[in-house]
Amino acid sequence: MNKDILVCGVGGQGTVLASKLIASAAMNLGNTVHSAETIGMAQRGGSVTSHIRIGDTAYSPMIPQGSADVILAFEPAEAVRNLAYLKKGGLVIVNSIPVKPVTESLHDTGYDGKDMITYLKSKCNCIVVDAMELCLPFGSTRYFNIAILGVAVGAGKLGLDAETVLTEIEARVPAKFADTNKAAFSAGVRVGAANK
Amino acid sequence: MRKEYVMGNGAIALGALEAGIRLVSGYPGTPSSEIIETIGKYKQGSVHVEWSVNEKAAMEVAASASYSGARTLVTMKQVGLNVASDPLMSLAYVGVKGGMVVVSADDPGPISSQTEQDTRMFASFCRIPVFDPSSPEEAFTMIQDAFDYSEKYCTPVLFRPTTRVCHAYASIEINETTAPRPYEGFVKDSKKWVIFPRLSFLNHAMIEKRNPEIGKDFSSYSGNTVSGTGKKAVFTGGISYSYAKEYLKDYPDVKLCKISTPYPFPEQYALSCLQGVEEVLCIEELSPFIESELLKIAGSHNLPVKIYGKLTGHVRASGENSADYAADILSAFLGTAANKGVDLSAAPELPLRPPVLCAGCPHRASFYAVKKAMEGKKSYFCGDIGCYTLGNAMPLDMVDTCLCMGAGITMAQGFHWMDPDSTCFAFVGDSTFFASGMTGVVNAIYNEADMILCVLDNATTAMTGHQPHPGTGKNMMGHIVDKVSIEKILAGMGVSKILTVNPLNLRESINAVQECTAIKGVKAIIFKSPCIAISKPEKQMAISDKCIQCKKCIREIGCPALITIDGKVCIDKGLCTGCGLCSQICPVNAIGGDCNE
Repeated sequence: MNKDILVCGVGGQGTVLASKLIASAAMNLGNTVHSAETIGMAQRGGSVTSHIRIGDTAYSPMIPQGSADVILAFEPAEAVRNLAYLKKGGLVIVNSIPVKPVTESLHDTGYDGKDMITYLKSKCNCIVVDAMELCLPFGSTRYFNIAILGVAVGAGKLGLDAETVLTEIEARVPAKFADTNKAAFSAGVRVGAANK
Repeated sequence: MRKEYVMGNGAIALGALEAGIRLVSGYPGTPSSEIIETIGKYKQGSVHVEWSVNEKAAMEVAASASYSGARTLVTMKQVGLNVASDPLMSLAYVGVKGGMVVVSADDPGPISSQTEQDTRMFASFCRIPVFDPSSPEEAFTMIQDAFDYSEKYCTPVLFRPTTRVCHAYASIEINETTAPRPYEGFVKDSKKWVIFPRLSFLNHAMIEKRNPEIGKDFSSYSGNTVSGTGKKAVFTGGISYSYAKEYLKDYPDVKLCKISTPYPFPEQYALSCLQGVEEVLCIEELSPFIESELLKIAGSHNLPVKIYGKLTGHVRASGENSADYAADILSAFLGTAANKGVDLSAAPELPLRPPVLCAGCPHRASFYAVKKAMEGKKSYFCGDIGCYTLGNAMPLDMVDTCLCMGAGITMAQGFHWMDPDSTCFAFVGDSTFFASGMTGVVNAIYNEADMILCVLDNATTAMTGHQPHPGTGKNMMGHIVDKVSIEKILAGMGVSKILTVNPLNLRESINAVQECTAIKGVKAIIFKSPCIAISKPEKQMAISDKCIQCKKCIREIGCPALITIDGKVCIDKGLCTGCGLCSQICPVNAIGGDCNE
């Protein structure tokens, strides 16, 4: 299998865990995996990305532009920021709920993510997910990172089956949050399957 | 054997353990910090691991262990090498016995650093070998080779990964039973280990004779590879090699030459690569190192070859390369088309996301207290290196200068001498205070400066990933040790006034600042409150109906948990930690809730 997956969002949204789960699930299925993450100062409220490259022909840990099969975007503007990485015919799975930067609270420019979603829809295939709605049963949008992973798996875009990912969630998530995370993942899988 | 999916820094750590290191020392700094953390996690038996107080200390601890015949590893980021350059320059002359590898992680961009300096240039300046890995997998084996070369030539060796190698992940096969290599112990010989002008003179001559020999040796090094054939060649190294390899996989008629050992330059290898080549493109980050070496070779051998790169403007002079940028310059060099994805025209304007202090960060409260106490008075605010550099952002705007580790303390003194009627503040974190802040305080006392030292003590090294330091009471050997007290250090130095306050108590903090401004000499306020990323408070503030939407809380402190929804101030429950600073600012007491103070 050869797949390039880009995960993007804002520092603190849990992109790192989502990308680790994709990488380890793909490895457990016998694939060669490379990945790269944003670490350091940018993590503090900045734009963050994880590049995950599955397959033997990926020499660089970073996905070249125009090559990503899927972009998992935890925030609308971050999807647009990284759209250059998407290959023609690729899929963007995007959260419609914006994260406003602190500068936005100081000088309100009215950023609400809606223009971003309209733009994405005009440029590529998208699955738009409302994180608030999807995570409502779990009490916090903190579980969105696992839920959006479920959407991608349910849509059949990662080359990973739900069982393998669930095993990884169990292995990597602290026991007291495991059940909620598994439920969030499964809720995502249902959304993904409905949008296949 | 066992497969592990690790970060490049993890691969370096595991490679060093395979090489049988007995001691590792270093100081945290992005992108190098995870090397020592990984060794702490995986080490077997008697490996000594330490976060040293700074890079100079780390280099010296490792030097004598290496004199004793043990294999040693030292880790730091590129600017840390500046701090450690005093011992390293001399060590290059004296030499080592047990293999000693100094990892200095470069940060093109720069992404998390003050400079875009190039450790390869430092190697050439020190006259010691340097290795440049292009991937985590290569870093794992290359660092083991680096130890062998260090012992073969009795010299410290530099190893310089860059951010994208340090932070990339790959699978590594590790040997679970590697133990540290045995070592002979220190053999006294003052003619060998005591640096005097005579020794330096003799060893300098030896080094200049030796280095061309190492260059010859490197010409057959397995990491210096060439693939493809043709009249066009690409010379590259480090992560840029990975980018070039990816692009050139469809172009076998282009030579791809990797330089893994930039200094001493493998001249014979480069000459053989240049056979029949008419045009060369050099793709490298930071300095035009390979390009300059090739120009020297082409000149001295009178080769009819055109060499393009940073010096000719074909590659940009500064900043980081990327897979895309490499593709752009390669397609220009080869006259091919770059792969483009979806059409990106007419994109809406994107919000900027500068990094900010976390919601609930005690540094925000410390800065705000000083700001309030000094309102309308002439003050200088000297910042330093750490999370608290982010105190520069609006609306706090409390960092006038930031130069390098520990510099804020001494710079506050310079401002005092130029403007004696002002109040000069230095903000320093706890880890930075231990690393390079203490001598600056002594300087102030000795030279009779007036200044207020603000130690932002959050009980960790936060920016680089929460490493322990001398004030935390824990070390990398997993031992609980006596905490080194910042208060007692300052008292011992003779600081005239030392106040310790909780920054989340705004009134108490403002009072402390005002009390210090009334006294001459060197005063210190220790703002003590743990980093919320470690203490993880789970409480939240709440806004009541009393809120008059004046937005003073947002305007004054810029906390990411204070947001507006449909024009109304709200608390982002996912971010708020209940620090309570906003509730102390609200003019109508509308913010209450579950405060952790």
